[in-house]
Amino acid sequence: MSSRLELIGPQGLRTDGRRFNELRNMNCKPSVLSQADGSAYIEQGNTKCLAAVYGPREARTKAQVLHNRANINVEISLAPFSMEERKKRSKSDKRILEIASAVKQTFEPIIMTELYARSQIDIYLQILQFDGGTVQICINAATLAIIDAGIPMKDYVCACSAGCIDDEPVLDLNHLEESNTPELTVALLPKNDKITLLQMESRLHIDKFQQVMEMAAKGCKEIHTVLDKAVRENIKDLLKKSSI
Amino acid sequence: MLHNKSYLKRGRGGKVFKAVKEHYLRDDIWCSVECCTICSHTEPILSSIPAKTKLVTKPHYIIPDTNVFMNQIDIIEHPALQNVIILQTVYEELRHLSLSVYNRLKKMINDPNRKFYVFANEHHRDTFIERIKEESPNDRNDRAIRAAVKWYATHVKQIADKGKSLEIVLLTDDAENIQRAKQDGLLAYSVREYVEGMIDTPELVDMLGNVRISDNKDKKIVYEEHLSASQITNGIKNQTLYQGTLNISMHNYLEGSIQNGDIQITILGRKNLNRAIQGDIVAVQLFPKSEWLRAPTAVIVEEEEEKNLAEELQENCKPKEQSEEADSDLFEAPQPTGKVVGIIKKNWRPYCGFINKQSVKGSSTSTLSENVSVYPIDRRIPRINIRTRQAQNLMGQRILVAIDSWHKDSIFPMGHFVKALGAAGDKLTETEVLLLEHDVPHQEFAQQVLNCLPVEGDLWVVKDEHLQRRADLRHLNVCSIDPPGCTDIDDALHVRQLPNNNYEVGVHIADVTHFVKPNTPLDEEAALRGTTVYLINKRIDMLPGLLGTNLCSLKSKVDRLAFSCIWELSPEAEIVNVTFTKSIISSKESFTYEEAQARIDDQRLQDDLTKGLRVLNDLAKKLRARRMERGALTLASPEVRYKLDFDSQDPIDVEMKELRETNALVEEFMLLANISVAEKIYKKFAASSLLRRHPPPTAFKLDNLNKAISAFGLTLHYETSKALADSLDEAVLPEDPYFNKLLRILTTRCMMQATYFCSGTFSVHEYRHYGLASEIYTHFTSPIRRYSDVIVHRMLAASIYDDEVYGSELIDKKKIEQLCDVLNHRHRMAQMAARSSVELHTNLFFKGKTEQVEGYVTRVLKNGFVVLVQKYGIEGIVYSSDNSKTKLNTTASNSTSLIIYNSHDNSLDSITGDGKKISIKLFDKVIVQVSVDEDLVGGGAGGMRQKLKLELVKPVVPGLSVSNDTSTDNNEIIEENNYNNKKDKRENTNGGRKKKMKIENM
Repeated sequence: MSSRLELIGPQGLRTDGRRFNELRNMNCKPSVLSQADGSAYIEQGNTKCLAAVYGPREARTKAQVLHNRANINVEISLAPFSMEERKKRSKSDKRILEIASAVKQTFEPIIMTELYARSQIDIYLQILQFDGGTVQICINAATLAIIDAGIPMKDYVCACSAGCIDDEPVLDLNHLEESNTPELTVALLPKNDKITLLQMESRLHIDKFQQVMEMAAKGCKEIHTVLDKAVRENIKDLLKKSSI
Repeated sequence: MLHNKSYLKRGRGGKVFKAVKEHYLRDDIWCSVECCTICSHTEPILSSIPAKTKLVTKPHYIIPDTNVFMNQIDIIEHPALQNVIILQTVYEELRHLSLSVYNRLKKMINDPNRKFYVFANEHHRDTFIERIKEESPNDRNDRAIRAAVKWYATHVKQIADKGKSLEIVLLTDDAENIQRAKQDGLLAYSVREYVEGMIDTPELVDMLGNVRISDNKDKKIVYEEHLSASQITNGIKNQTLYQGTLNISMHNYLEGSIQNGDIQITILGRKNLNRAIQGDIVAVQLFPKSEWLRAPTAVIVEEEEEKNLAEELQENCKPKEQSEEADSDLFEAPQPTGKVVGIIKKNWRPYCGFINKQSVKGSSTSTLSENVSVYPIDRRIPRINIRTRQAQNLMGQRILVAIDSWHKDSIFPMGHFVKALGAAGDKLTETEVLLLEHDVPHQEFAQQVLNCLPVEGDLWVVKDEHLQRRADLRHLNVCSIDPPGCTDIDDALHVRQLPNNNYEVGVHIADVTHFVKPNTPLDEEAALRGTTVYLINKRIDMLPGLLGTNLCSLKSKVDRLAFSCIWELSPEAEIVNVTFTKSIISSKESFTYEEAQARIDDQRLQDDLTKGLRVLNDLAKKLRARRMERGALTLASPEVRYKLDFDSQDPIDVEMKELRETNALVEEFMLLANISVAEKIYKKFAASSLLRRHPPPTAFKLDNLNKAISAFGLTLHYETSKALADSLDEAVLPEDPYFNKLLRILTTRCMMQATYFCSGTFSVHEYRHYGLASEIYTHFTSPIRRYSDVIVHRMLAASIYDDEVYGSELIDKKKIEQLCDVLNHRHRMAQMAARSSVELHTNLFFKGKTEQVEGYVTRVLKNGFVVLVQKYGIEGIVYSSDNSKTKLNTTASNSTSLIIYNSHDNSLDSITGDGKKISIKLFDKVIVQVSVDEDLVGGGAGGMRQKLKLELVKPVVPGLSVSNDTSTDNNEIIEENNYNNKKDKRENTNGGRKKKMKIENM
């Protein structure tokens, strides 16, 4: 059975010209905002995200105070101009809240929150342009921003998605691909290969699962090198500036 | 790896969006030439030494342009063309232009022998080009193609420097593209030029598509220009145009109609049809009400049409009959008529046909290419003009042709020869023709399909390991009941009494899915075939014979795997509970319907099996009664069965299909199983179950029938199937016992088709099966011959076993929906192919015979009437104005026929010599003479298009009826035939079997 949509051409290239195991082009830059304690801008293909981290600071409301550790608060917003159709999305959009809670849960065990009892860490994430892979870009942006803010955490958290097109595991899906295939997002601690998030909302055959997950894990490692390089360069720049 | 973004604007639902897509350019796209040392490809596709031709004397690779695929796909498919480079630009353009061409191309790409390589020029760093401002997308693509050709040309030159000499040839039918390519110093040819250079394969020249050649010298514009795509979309949106699938009348190929919602728009005449062909999706503009059709349409005999062609074209588009009869209005409301203003989607396919002898002008030894016209077998398709050098050879043969274009200044479409099928009239050729015409895949099973069969082959047996998860039911008294000679037994039954006086009844269905695993070549092939097709003399299997007639077939006295549906039924045949299980059974006996009936009737037999049959029969009767009460319809079809001569396979006799109690017995339990299974799978797969629905009939058709039978003081109520069933039961004429059956046949024709659907795509109340009066229904009981049942088996297995592994093929709504479309199409085609096969054998049967038989009028037309001959199950037209005769005697202007059409009571009237008035009305009994009209348009011997000829015998109408001069009385003939019937007991069994027709149609 055929349809006009063909996600993988006969040459084994995807619609945008990538091969199965290739990430989209990735750009990232920490410390882009001076007001925030830590910030980062990250591009994965046409998905672009800005992250700002405030804290640890005093909890705004008493209700949020945890007596033994810091509370992490994640807010995500999708810019009205981020998609093809201009549309305002409310902050209480269920899908966005869900992603926010996924990000929060990912970072809770990684950030050493017990050092900052009774305080709060705010992570604001703004999607400026959307082309698939929201969860992964939010996590990657947050990692960079938290590092930039100097908040102690156990390791980088790198996230990457992978899917399965025509029984073939495929890395880092764009919007066109993720709307037609099952997508799996993995967040990983690259140093010890621990998985902190594994999310999949569609059905994928169990036989394929292992392969797809390994593919995503490999993507996480690649993302880690990119993030790590960006952090180190940023620090080098800082050192250079401060030494002058 | 470079990275670049392309920006596109796209309108969706009227709104304009800016779509941004990433577009990566790469350095690692290789040329795929075997001997290339520059590229680091691992599995080169293109051979080092490609072919050369007379035109291009060096070995070369071919790069075809998009238009080559669109117009000359048959040439490209010819195995002589190898080492072809498909550019990604072309590949993607094709995907948007024509899915069918695209799919054919994909097949070629996947064939390693053809050496077709897809070059991703759009993602290659050196061949990607940006669209220049003001440049149309088409021009950009042409430029992209040239850029890629240029890259390849320089690239192979580099290889050539290392001792080889290679060329790249651009093939295109676009003159401008050729010119520009030549300016760039590239080799570019039109397909015609190139193919004429291929002297080893002269047949290719015949297969060239005729695109721009028009044989109309005076360039007279015959047809109106079609509207542009945007005009059509706008017109449909603001409801000035109507969209629909064009359906040409079987009786008159210049009369078409489309169904748009509730209204049916008739399109009359060649000019109004405006180059649309049967099955095209067209846009139609309505005429003003004053020009709407008021009288029923005439039958157009082809001969007549030939002669009138010239006049007709000069005349304006109004059919002339209409002006004659303008004052008499038959329909209270005139029928909407309109004209085609645009074709939204063409439905061109290769057509089987034959060359008209009169159109062949060259001498018998001539090998010059000449224009001839081909008459398609399908009468609804206009004749096609082709150019061929083999006209002399092809005369008297069936050939396959394709349409290339239909220009507005040419009366008929232009096409090209594809292949010859064999001599006309030959049974094998004709069978091949009817398979091709109905799009039935009938090639042998491919090796990779056969590789999926169990390695043990015939020696495969049920082993202990199969007992896992299966119930062992080998001890039960299971038996099967089928038509005689049936080899693919997919169902068997058992019954036994339970201690609480209830009965346990089991229906056991062959466990095909044990052998046919999802996503194997075997599964894909079966899905493609969709159904087994039963022809009179042949059976085209859905599954390879090893499975269908042996390993899956529930033969008697061997262990077989089955899928069982077991009910506990109360003595009143009410379901107490139902269970499903995979099982192993061993059928004790396989009966024919006749044998089973004889056992039931023979009271001396008191063995368990016979007793079981009697219990089943009683239960079936109760089930049937209950079903009837709910409003299930009993419909009828004029089916007959041909007995074939054992050696020659020629039909020697016909017999009516006989229905016994045992047929009903099997049918009843199969229906019950189907319903139970449908309920079960729907619980598990609420959104993706494969079910079957039968929508209620539309008022329009039944109202016409009602009008006709109102003369007998009868009416049919069709609000519910119950009402219809009751009114059908009441519609009995005591003086004519056949009337009721006839009415049922006609009612059946008013019914909608039952179709497969995916449960997620309809709302729950639409699931209803009107004919069976069931809320939910599916097909479960014949997995050997229907693919739908295979899917249902998988769904049922997934519903009852928690650990059953299944993939997206059962849960993807879109996939199931697409599958349903394919299955519905295959199913319909299989039915039509079977019908055509009967027609073919009817013709063979009547060859050289004439017989006078009784028939009934089922439709009255303006210049004829349709007669159904019950004995042979045939239907044909009796023309009231025999044109070939009358035309000679009378001038065209006063071609008053002998019978005058009376529009008031829809009858044909005639005055006999002695002043008596004879009229022919619907449901009238007439006697007709049946013979085969061997040659209607072939223009010579050979029987180009055989057609049954019916002529009126009784009532006697002077000038029309053939005289009843045969001394033997009609009745005697019939009796004689009955005598023959008895004499000939030899029954042919290796032909197709038609099984449970009623369930089939439901």
